[in-house]
Amino acid sequence: MSAILSPEGLLWLIPFVPFAAFGLIAIFTFRSRKLSHSLALGAAGISFIASMVVIWNALLIPDLAKNPITSQVKWLPVGDSWLMFGVMADPLTVVTLFFVAVTILMIFIYSVGYHNFGAPACNEDRPGLPPKGVIVTHNGHTQRVPSVEPMYARFFAFISLFGFAMFMLVVTDNLLGLYIGWEIMGLCSYLLIGFWYGKESARKAAIKAFITTRIGDVFMLLGLAALYSLTGTLNYQQILGNPQTLNILATTISPVAGLSWAGLIGLLLFAGTIGKSAQFPLHVWLPDAMEGPTPVSAMIHAATMVSAGVYLVARFFPLISAGWQPGLPLTTPMLAMAAIGAFTALFAASIAMTQNDVKRVLAYSTISQLGYMIAALGVGAYSAAVFHLFTHAFFKALLFLGSGSVIHGMEHGAMHTGEEIDTQDMRQMGGLRKKMPFTFWTFVAGGLALSGFPLITAGFWSKDAILAGAFSESTLVFIVLAAAALLTAFYTARQISLVFLGAARSKSAAHAVESRPAMTVPLVILALFAIAAGWIGIPKTFPLLGRLSADGFSSFIGSMLPYEVVEKLSSVPLITSLFVALGGLLLGWIAYRNIKKATQKDPLEISLGSVYRFVQHKYFVDELYEIVFIRPSIWFAEVFVAKWMDQVVLDGILNGIGKIGIGIGNVLRSGFDLPVVNGAADGIAGGTRKMGSFLRKLETGKVQQYMTGALMGLVVLFIILYSIFK
Amino acid sequence: MIPLSWYLILAAALMSIGLFGVITRKNLVGALIGIELMLNAVNINLVAFWRYFHNARPEMDGLVFVALIFVVAAGETAIGLALIISAYRSRKTVDVNELNLLKG
Repeated sequence: MSAILSPEGLLWLIPFVPFAAFGLIAIFTFRSRKLSHSLALGAAGISFIASMVVIWNALLIPDLAKNPITSQVKWLPVGDSWLMFGVMADPLTVVTLFFVAVTILMIFIYSVGYHNFGAPACNEDRPGLPPKGVIVTHNGHTQRVPSVEPMYARFFAFISLFGFAMFMLVVTDNLLGLYIGWEIMGLCSYLLIGFWYGKESARKAAIKAFITTRIGDVFMLLGLAALYSLTGTLNYQQILGNPQTLNILATTISPVAGLSWAGLIGLLLFAGTIGKSAQFPLHVWLPDAMEGPTPVSAMIHAATMVSAGVYLVARFFPLISAGWQPGLPLTTPMLAMAAIGAFTALFAASIAMTQNDVKRVLAYSTISQLGYMIAALGVGAYSAAVFHLFTHAFFKALLFLGSGSVIHGMEHGAMHTGEEIDTQDMRQMGGLRKKMPFTFWTFVAGGLALSGFPLITAGFWSKDAILAGAFSESTLVFIVLAAAALLTAFYTARQISLVFLGAARSKSAAHAVESRPAMTVPLVILALFAIAAGWIGIPKTFPLLGRLSADGFSSFIGSMLPYEVVEKLSSVPLITSLFVALGGLLLGWIAYRNIKKATQKDPLEISLGSVYRFVQHKYFVDELYEIVFIRPSIWFAEVFVAKWMDQVVLDGILNGIGKIGIGIGNVLRSGFDLPVVNGAADGIAGGTRKMGSFLRKLETGKVQQYMTGALMGLVVLFIILYSIFK
Repeated sequence: MIPLSWYLILAAALMSIGLFGVITRKNLVGALIGIELMLNAVNINLVAFWRYFHNARPEMDGLVFVALIFVVAAGETAIGLALIISAYRSRKTVDVNELNLLKG
């Protein structure tokens, strides 16, 4: 027992408790909503507590990066040696584990409320479709209220499996374990995006997400295989903690394009990140993934799974940056990351400005913020990237859950009034500030953190760190990221203004109500993190406040790197950061505070015109992919493979062989089978029958006759034997 | 001492009478009695040979076979009679010619 309760044992326990919950729900308790969510919540709670204990123990170790908490078991025999499988807690794991455990627990609790636990079931609700609501009579008046999700237990089984995969990815000590968690999460993402599979859009989004991320995963698997074949191990410490291995990888030339092996593997792993973290050009799946239930969007598509991509490149940063030090030219993978990350940050932020679906804005915002982190890693701002990963998880989970609460309130209003509107359309909202105070204030906290509101929010500190890192390495990346930050603040102000401020623009918004405590309590807790999580990373060089700060974060995470990070004092990024955050918020508020009608044109559309429509259609990337990849694939499959290859060539060959076979068969049948084989068989059978009908006459059934026969036979035998042996 | 041949003749006669009984009696009980006669004819042979030759050939131990045959005969009679009763109960006859279910 003490072995399980040691930090190593708890580290093993963290992923497997949710897995047990998944199995129990799926096999035994799926009929009971209460048991199922109790199991899932209990598992998340145990994992949370275990995570906190492990983190506490890890923080007490003085030089955690050199002496991580590890535990290994033999897993698979590989030739003479064993493939070891183990768990590890080093600074990066500790940071990731913290936000993963917190957000997963909060989202599990929130899901209970989101799926209307305790509400009456509706007979018209079908599995695979969102609940339609049920008419009840309460206090004398009849009204339609939300009904409970028909596949309630299934949802909790899936998110428990997801929790297992995410924890596994975080605590494992090798790339293979990470890949296993990575792929299970891909599966869960598919299952949960398509949770309401009755909707065609959800089915398509699920397939799109699965296939798009798969493109990145294939490259990642190639990188994994290359790494294993070169080093003979996938263990983080043996590869990344060994300067000699990294040096050899960085100086040996691979067969592809003159890259070093470290560069090639870095690029391949980064391709996995592009798919998982929805970076350009594989970003198209994430906005569509908003078809899933909102807790799924919050957990998988904002806080944890998409963070896994950033976690991967952060984890392999020593490999990706092998041979690089502050001051030297960037390595190829770092250049790619800086370019793609910065571009995605700006690109997605610009799309987010034009979207009207409350969740899609957040989806593009997520893509943009992940681009921020990737760009930060690309310019070598390692601890800033991890810091932003950490703070982003809290405020983005908060924003998504807040948007879910808003949608819930709107749905309630729509059910109450019988209005037929899109309850996720921000143009139909407005004035929810008074109706949903908890949601409003927590959403504002998250929104300010997202836009980097100075000093008090977590997002400010992490974004400022990234801008400072970018400024010292590349001016271009800095300018792009600063522009993206401006747009971020702008669309955040737009969203808050449209949803919460002003007056209600639809009857549903006027009748919206605050969500239940199961939903608002996680919001409040996450809001606290969205504000306070940044205070652990206030840089020492910051005016005034820096004196008070210990800046535990960057030295803690920075200990993962082989070199010392020297912070350069510069006021440019700080002033830029203040300016873009406040300026963007102000501009957004001015532009959108006076929207009176749902049908009113967007102010940006009035001033930008066709450019706005171009951006609103997401730069037509989806349409481009449709023309360039999907239609040719379908054409190739239909015309070439199915009609020509399959029906003409293969079917022709097969039919030819079939006809020859039938011919040979006919000849053999008439020439050999019928006369020879059948004749012989029939003759034997007929002869036996004739003999039988003759012999049956001897069988009289009279025992004494048999006996007389036997006696006579004996006598004859005796006479014969006697005459022979006389 | 009575010559050995007397015993053998007696045994042969018993055997023949028994065999005749088995083959000709229509009543199953009669047939069973015939079988007993045949068994005892064999017993007489065994005892007679043992009596006349066991001094010269001590390894000849016919008495054991006789004892065995007694046991078997007793069991066989018991089972035979039980079968006859059972046959009688189901068929209401003990006539051998009427118990001809094996007729082909």
